[in-house]
Amino acid sequence: MVFAQWSKETAQAVLASTIDKPGPVLLSLQAIQENFGFVPEAAIPLIALACNVSRAEVHGVFTYYHDFRSTPPPENMIRVCVAEACQAVGSRELVDQVEKKFGTKIGEHNLNVEIHSEYCLGNCALGPAARVNGELVGFSTVEKIGQLLKSGTES
Amino acid sequence: MKQTVLYISKDSASRSVGSDKIATRIAEEAKARNLDITIVRTGTRGALWLEPIVEVLVGEKRIAFGPVSVADISSLFDAHFLNGGDHSLLLGPTDEIEWLAKQDRFTFSRVGVVDPLSTSDYEQNGGLQGLKRALELSADERVAEVMDSGLRGRGGAGFPSGIKWRTVAQLIAPVKYICCNADEGDSGTFADRILMEGDPFTLIEGMTIAAVTVGATEGVIYIRSEYPEAVASMTSALHLARQAGWLGKKIIGSEYDFDIRIRVGAGSYVCGEETAMLESIEGKRGVVRSKPPLPAMQGLFGKPTVINNVLTFATVPAIFAHGAKSYAEKGVGRSLGTQIFQLGGNVARGGIVELAFGTTLEKLLYEFGGGTRNGKEIRAVQIGGPLGAYFPKELFDVSMDYESLLAAGGMLGHGGIVVFDESVDMAEQAKFAMEFCALESCGKCTPCRLGSTRGAETIEKIVHGIEAEKNKKLLLNLLDVMTDGSLCAMGGLTPLPVRSAMIHFAQDFEPASQGAQR
Repeated sequence: MVFAQWSKETAQAVLASTIDKPGPVLLSLQAIQENFGFVPEAAIPLIALACNVSRAEVHGVFTYYHDFRSTPPPENMIRVCVAEACQAVGSRELVDQVEKKFGTKIGEHNLNVEIHSEYCLGNCALGPAARVNGELVGFSTVEKIGQLLKSGTES
Repeated sequence: MKQTVLYISKDSASRSVGSDKIATRIAEEAKARNLDITIVRTGTRGALWLEPIVEVLVGEKRIAFGPVSVADISSLFDAHFLNGGDHSLLLGPTDEIEWLAKQDRFTFSRVGVVDPLSTSDYEQNGGLQGLKRALELSADERVAEVMDSGLRGRGGAGFPSGIKWRTVAQLIAPVKYICCNADEGDSGTFADRILMEGDPFTLIEGMTIAAVTVGATEGVIYIRSEYPEAVASMTSALHLARQAGWLGKKIIGSEYDFDIRIRVGAGSYVCGEETAMLESIEGKRGVVRSKPPLPAMQGLFGKPTVINNVLTFATVPAIFAHGAKSYAEKGVGRSLGTQIFQLGGNVARGGIVELAFGTTLEKLLYEFGGGTRNGKEIRAVQIGGPLGAYFPKELFDVSMDYESLLAAGGMLGHGGIVVFDESVDMAEQAKFAMEFCALESCGKCTPCRLGSTRGAETIEKIVHGIEAEKNKKLLLNLLDVMTDGSLCAMGGLTPLPVRSAMIHFAQDFEPASQGAQR
């Protein structure tokens, strides 16, 4: 996915489409992240101003939801489901293997791979489930996950 | 030469095991062999264990093959599968596959059968019949229809939908809302997702019937961000429904105006709780509200609001089309109609099983589920998501309805059934329940916010033999405090999986037995 380069002007243009809607703060944060791939710190006061709320309120919403990130997204995003249905078919072991193979830990990243734990991707009959660069994977193995990474990322 | 019609699911679960690739390869192979085919991409029938399934229309019947892998494709053509030819993957006519034929498909009757984004397919398969009938009834008759059907909230609480709708219908307000809770966060549940991807117009029709019943003009579907495919499907369906005049001003030529918009979540389990969901739609932190006031009275933006789960709304059109009695005659006791059970985890034949209430857990696990995927014994089953109880083998004869599950110390929740084999460590699962609560607690109630972390620590101490007996007592006390001292189900029901694990799998909490089961 290609994201826009951060600029105040672009951000303000993005916000123009959300601020008139009911309950705009969450929508605005989502729109910013959709456009830039993350929510830069500089976006918080812009959203506050546009929505006519305090920066603290925007910060509160930003930090509440797991989806938001304050740093640019990695080249490769591996989301492994670690909720009960996938635990029952070995997701704990899969996480260990994925961490080892790609040289980073859950919630952390190396140069171009970031691994996240998810609590249910809704593919509970075909687990362990993962979402790799947006694509949902059933019966996940570390090999299947590796095949979906953009080239040059195998460690 | 006549064109052969094939049906292949584009549901995200089917795609996760390769249905897109299968569709592409079949099209290529047909072209290479100079055969005229057209592929309709449907939702999934719910027999996920057989996906990717390829159905071929032969005469009037759809003949199924599955699970198909790319390597099977040329042999399928060699076996003349387009004429229903014999092949090792031949499953027979789809409607006669035992696993599907034994089900009682009421809410899910169209899922997997129709092209999800074809308005004509929808109408040809009984769509809009419910709404049309609802429009012929008076306001009181509409409420009575929902009451008489016995429909209860399928999100988990099981509250009678008719009472909720009547409450909102009786209020006088300038704006009323219809909110659909599609924040299906429970592990082991995927029915909302499959319905939204496989038969989105049904959800729209159900919400529209709710709107004309209570006098609402605006609807919101709150879909979790983990379901981008469902968001895409519903977005397209809403667009098509507006074009067809099913939404907007004077819907299907009636006097009513109603439209629906989508709000996407941002990764928060607790936003599946109805008041936290309202906060989130209002753009705030998803913190639970105290009740009263009930959302029916003061819901979204303080206005009267009907909040129901996807499956609740999706059941309404068929209730109106076939009459309340057709639904109420199914089921047992006060659990009327059908339940969409979802079999997941370590299960051989997982997927959607829609049956009348009152079937047994055993039947679901063995007759439908076929035991575990790896052939080991089933040791524990969690029913109703991460806040549901763990059931041991001794309780597998429990009747699957709201009251019986409650009496057995559990709850039905959203109908998810997660199977674990004999290698499961139940102390570990109990600890996970606490850790999950710590991660997802909105923080409003202290027992939930702090108790969850203390609970995980205490379980850790117990399994390591650190003052085990004293800590067990402490843990049980903590469970009581969380149950009684939390506003919503997050803190209030996290004790359920923990307590059930402690009661039914006590040996896993003994330090000496650590590892014995693993």
